[in-house]
Amino acid sequence: MNSAKRFDMFRMVFSVLIALLISFVIIFFVSDEPVTAIVTLITGPFKSKRSMGNVIESMVPLIFTGTGVCIMFSANQINLATEGGFHLGGLVAAAVALKLGLPAGLSPIVAISLAAVAGAVFCAIPALMKIKTNSPELVSSLMINYISLWLCTFLLMHFLQDPSVGSASYKLPPESELPTLIKGTNIHLGLLIALVVAVFGYVFLYKTRTGYELRLTGENENFARYSGINIVKVILISQMVGGVIAGIGGSVELLSPIYSRFSWVSLLGYGWDAIIICTLAKKNPLYTPLAALFLAYLRTGASIMARYTDVTLEIVQITQGIIILLVVAEQFLSGMKHRMIAREARASLKDEGVA
Amino acid sequence: MLQNLLSPEFFNAILRATTPILFAALASSVASKSGITNMALEGIMLFSALFGVIFSAMTGSFPLGLLLTMVAGGVIGLMLAFFVLNLKTDEILAAIAINLMATGGTVLLMLAVSGDRGSSTSISNVSAPKIVIPLIDQIPFLGKILSGQNLMTYLSILAVVVMHLFLYKTPLGLKIRAVGENKNAAESVGISARKIQYIALILSGVLASMGGFFLSGGYMNMFTKDMSAGKGYIALAASAMGGDTPVGGFLVSLLFGAAQALANMMQLTDIPHELIQMVPYLTTLVGLGIYSYMGVRKRQKLAGK
Repeated sequence: MNSAKRFDMFRMVFSVLIALLISFVIIFFVSDEPVTAIVTLITGPFKSKRSMGNVIESMVPLIFTGTGVCIMFSANQINLATEGGFHLGGLVAAAVALKLGLPAGLSPIVAISLAAVAGAVFCAIPALMKIKTNSPELVSSLMINYISLWLCTFLLMHFLQDPSVGSASYKLPPESELPTLIKGTNIHLGLLIALVVAVFGYVFLYKTRTGYELRLTGENENFARYSGINIVKVILISQMVGGVIAGIGGSVELLSPIYSRFSWVSLLGYGWDAIIICTLAKKNPLYTPLAALFLAYLRTGASIMARYTDVTLEIVQITQGIIILLVVAEQFLSGMKHRMIAREARASLKDEGVA
Repeated sequence: MLQNLLSPEFFNAILRATTPILFAALASSVASKSGITNMALEGIMLFSALFGVIFSAMTGSFPLGLLLTMVAGGVIGLMLAFFVLNLKTDEILAAIAINLMATGGTVLLMLAVSGDRGSSTSISNVSAPKIVIPLIDQIPFLGKILSGQNLMTYLSILAVVVMHLFLYKTPLGLKIRAVGENKNAAESVGISARKIQYIALILSGVLASMGGFFLSGGYMNMFTKDMSAGKGYIALAASAMGGDTPVGGFLVSLLFGAAQALANMMQLTDIPHELIQMVPYLTTLVGLGIYSYMGVRKRQKLAGK
């Protein structure tokens, strides 16, 4: 590891610590029992097998959307449609599970495949609008996320709804459920799928020709164009691959033992979480499980804290925001970096002088 | 249905629905003119909607509450500027961070102040008053549209004029546009781009906060969780479609306001309400596509293709 990379690591850890520190200060202001709250936040996930399982389970959707966003953002497309693609993936999976009546084994495979297609088509819309009409993908993707939400809610209420429970679908059949891996927890097969997807994302981005073209386009679009790379193709592929992963993520989450019905009537926010995952992983899908572990741990701790003390879960969103701000801030601690580089340069000059 | 569409009440509702989008669109246009996309509008509006309730309840007065909210909005704009301009944070990621903090922070703050998680019903805030304009309210049809609106609605239309004059008729406005057009060229004639962008982002924050104030103190009379509901993003689209000019932004905001008002009115019909909720976002998406496509065609024509 060279010194610049080492410094990046140090800066990231330092940013996370500052963000946690600020969050603790906020807890001190809003809570009557701040010390208990903070201790619960930090140690809560270790208290029981179930809560440790919770950490692992909540990693799964984060790895999916995080990997998707890593690929989409690597092409320098600020497409935020992962959120809607994930939601749509969940709905498609629920529809397949409820309506097709396929046997166990086949049912989840068909559900996940169709969700992948839906995700790809969905995330391609902002990309196509960018290519064909030059509309900013940032704005169009924000809009279609809301359209996805209301379309899914419409389909839920008119085709899948179980009238006896209100705004949720009928119970999903056991044939469609993904098997659990560890008894006593909800850790399910989806974790393995997520890890495979993260590795696939890494191989795709860093070991294939298309991945190279994609990153080159992201770094410098004009340079890529003059090198003969088909920009339109690259942009479209990157957004569709991201969409496939988001769609799979949504379906895996819904078919997991965590959910017994499709009951998503508001956006879940995994698309936004993906941005912090992508930021912490430095756009490398291989690191998304680590980043997801961190965020999942924080979330689980916070929800345990919210259950036992007077501090709410939402404190985590503030922590997340501060982490993004500091990690992305190029100039944060830049003085220190310069001094470090200068010191190393002097040291190496001295070595050469001796030799 | 048609009768309802042609009634003055419907046009009145359009102006009311336009107000928050319009403030935010103006906020977006001044930031964009200086060369920065301010996606934090959504978060600033959400924060300001809560601040508006808290400040107006604390001071017991609408003007003071609005003023303090505007100061708070300016401070968030300043924060965004500090991160983007001094610490070189990516402007989109910084905005996403601010929006995240707004989603969580408003719930946290509301719980601390009112003890309620969902809405601020227990706080008695002071909303902006409705204004009946003498003489104008006597005009048939038009009177019912133009008079009796919320004060913030009149302020938003006044803001269009003020922002137009500011951007196109004052030296500072010229500097903002120059920096947005070409930062290096502007700096070569002695303009401090950083200072100008700071001013533009603070102003952007102040304008967005007025839109947020209207949400909880005019459109509704309380703060509810996530009440900005993407209005900041719609405003971003409105401003982009309006060519980032105040007047253009105003016209597009009216269109989106009409879509929102139409959606509200269609709730009375048999059409499923989930599809109706989609109307404002779908209008924005289609409008954005058509507008951008026209831009592409125009450039192709000019290039002689």
